[in-house]
Amino acid sequence: MPRAKLAGLLLFFLGPAVAIYTLFSIYPLVATMALSTYTSDPSGARSFVGLANFETLLGDALWSKPFWNAFSNNLIFFAVHMCVQNPIGIALAGLLSLPGLRLKGFYRTVMFLPTMLSVVIVGFSWNLILSPLWGVAAGALKAVGLGSLFAPWLGLESSALVTLSLISVWQFVGIPMMLIYAALLNIPEELIDAARVDGLGHFRIFFHIKLPLVLPTISLVSVLTFVANFNAFDLIYSVKGALAGPNFATDILGTFFYRTFFGNQLQLGNPTMGSAVATVMFFIILVGLCLYLFLVQRRIRRYAF
Amino acid sequence: MTAEQRARSLGVHLVLIAYSLLAVGPILLVVMNSFKVRNAIFGSPLAPPDATTFSLVGYEKVFRSSHILTYYSNSLIVTLVSMALVLLFGAMAAWALTEYRFRGSTALALFLSIGIMVPIRLGSVAILNMMRSAGLNDTLTALILVYVAQGLPMSIFILSEFIQQIPKDLRDAARCDGVPETRIFFEVVAPLLRPAIATVAVFTIVPIWNDLWFPLILTSSDSTHTVTLGVQQFLGQYITDWNSVLAALSMAILPVVVIYVILSRQLIAGLTSGAVK
Repeated sequence: MPRAKLAGLLLFFLGPAVAIYTLFSIYPLVATMALSTYTSDPSGARSFVGLANFETLLGDALWSKPFWNAFSNNLIFFAVHMCVQNPIGIALAGLLSLPGLRLKGFYRTVMFLPTMLSVVIVGFSWNLILSPLWGVAAGALKAVGLGSLFAPWLGLESSALVTLSLISVWQFVGIPMMLIYAALLNIPEELIDAARVDGLGHFRIFFHIKLPLVLPTISLVSVLTFVANFNAFDLIYSVKGALAGPNFATDILGTFFYRTFFGNQLQLGNPTMGSAVATVMFFIILVGLCLYLFLVQRRIRRYAF
Repeated sequence: MTAEQRARSLGVHLVLIAYSLLAVGPILLVVMNSFKVRNAIFGSPLAPPDATTFSLVGYEKVFRSSHILTYYSNSLIVTLVSMALVLLFGAMAAWALTEYRFRGSTALALFLSIGIMVPIRLGSVAILNMMRSAGLNDTLTALILVYVAQGLPMSIFILSEFIQQIPKDLRDAARCDGVPETRIFFEVVAPLLRPAIATVAVFTIVPIWNDLWFPLILTSSDSTHTVTLGVQQFLGQYITDWNSVLAALSMAILPVVVIYVILSRQLIAGLTSGAVK
């Protein structure tokens, strides 16, 4: 193909996608990082300050305390997802992929449903269900004889964050379930049949043959969970508002970024500090991705079927 | 089937039914109670509405006191236009990347895949500045541009996999007949991508329809709010009016559930076809 013709074709086919993506995705990321090295005075004039915003964010007690609080809350948010969402997803995928299971289409559809809904809707619905006012949760616990366990979980500093994490787990468990289910379906029948001929039961086949084979998918699910969790915002904002109460117990990096950028009742919006927070979030996600690529992805043996 | 096998199969179904109930229970509870009078919502939350407790008062209030129809049409416009552009531009780019050999194609593919992992939300400060200086602030166009940029990387990735599976002979035959490249793409390749559309749609429509962040940042007037943002603000204002709150929640839930139930077969086939590995 002549060079000029190829260039024309590439421009036509790739031009729109590359232009929109660069202009509205990559450029804003770079520009936000650049903006994080500036500060603005009340008149709106910007001046270059180097890394001073980051020194303030990580060093000044007024900034570093809420930042580290949001960061550690975010770690807890992520830990709950890893320890609850992924094991449940694996277990459900394992059950769904059992040979000869009836109604599996129905179960899959129903279990994936919450994932399709808006986080805002999910948050509010659970807010109502768990509210002591309505008493659905209290009544349900009482019905099984555990009434004394009920507490306004979303309102207590000690339990609000874990409760919100579990609501998020409830919503998104469909994603690990589906990805792992797909990976389980890709395991060749002969492998399982051979194990069965050798006399292995369902449990041992699952733990000794199927699970090791889907490890690459499980690690992919983990990194997807990590990125989604360190970028989360909607659920906390819709249930707890921008102040992430009670007393910032549910504040995560997403809500901290929003408050810094836009301001709220307690502070004025600050775009340059907001950029600094976004840049730090970017590097946290980047470090996570690099750890995944270099430590996990490289060690995983890929099985060719 | 032996008795032991039957018992085991029963156990599996019990677990799956229990989890299914946990998954849909909260949604059913909200939708069911939205059709009841206030006393019945509190008095017997777990009972379905009957002749004496049925009421549409919550829905009436939502229609009267919010711009719910505007929000719906905004969400529809933003989602459909974004999805159409993501599919069109995504398929074109995926075709060029998989079909033509050129210097820098690997680098370009890597550049485009940054967006799969790095959330565009982190560039919000600059996006807002750009939209303000371009005069696009508080318009649906601003949302569409951002969502197209957000959806393209994943759609290019998925569609490239599909395009690679299309037999080479098909386009080579067309090329021998002297058919121009653009016609090969639009008339030979594009129609073959139809099965991929459901998969791409899952990864494009759902996050756009459900997004709260960008409408919150980029739109400020009622006339440009989407359903998610509109309902969020409505719920904030009317939090004590349970009829309205439950009705607003149900109105935001139902369209998604209906579309999901209609499309779920293709959607799950797309998810489990291994397009994303």
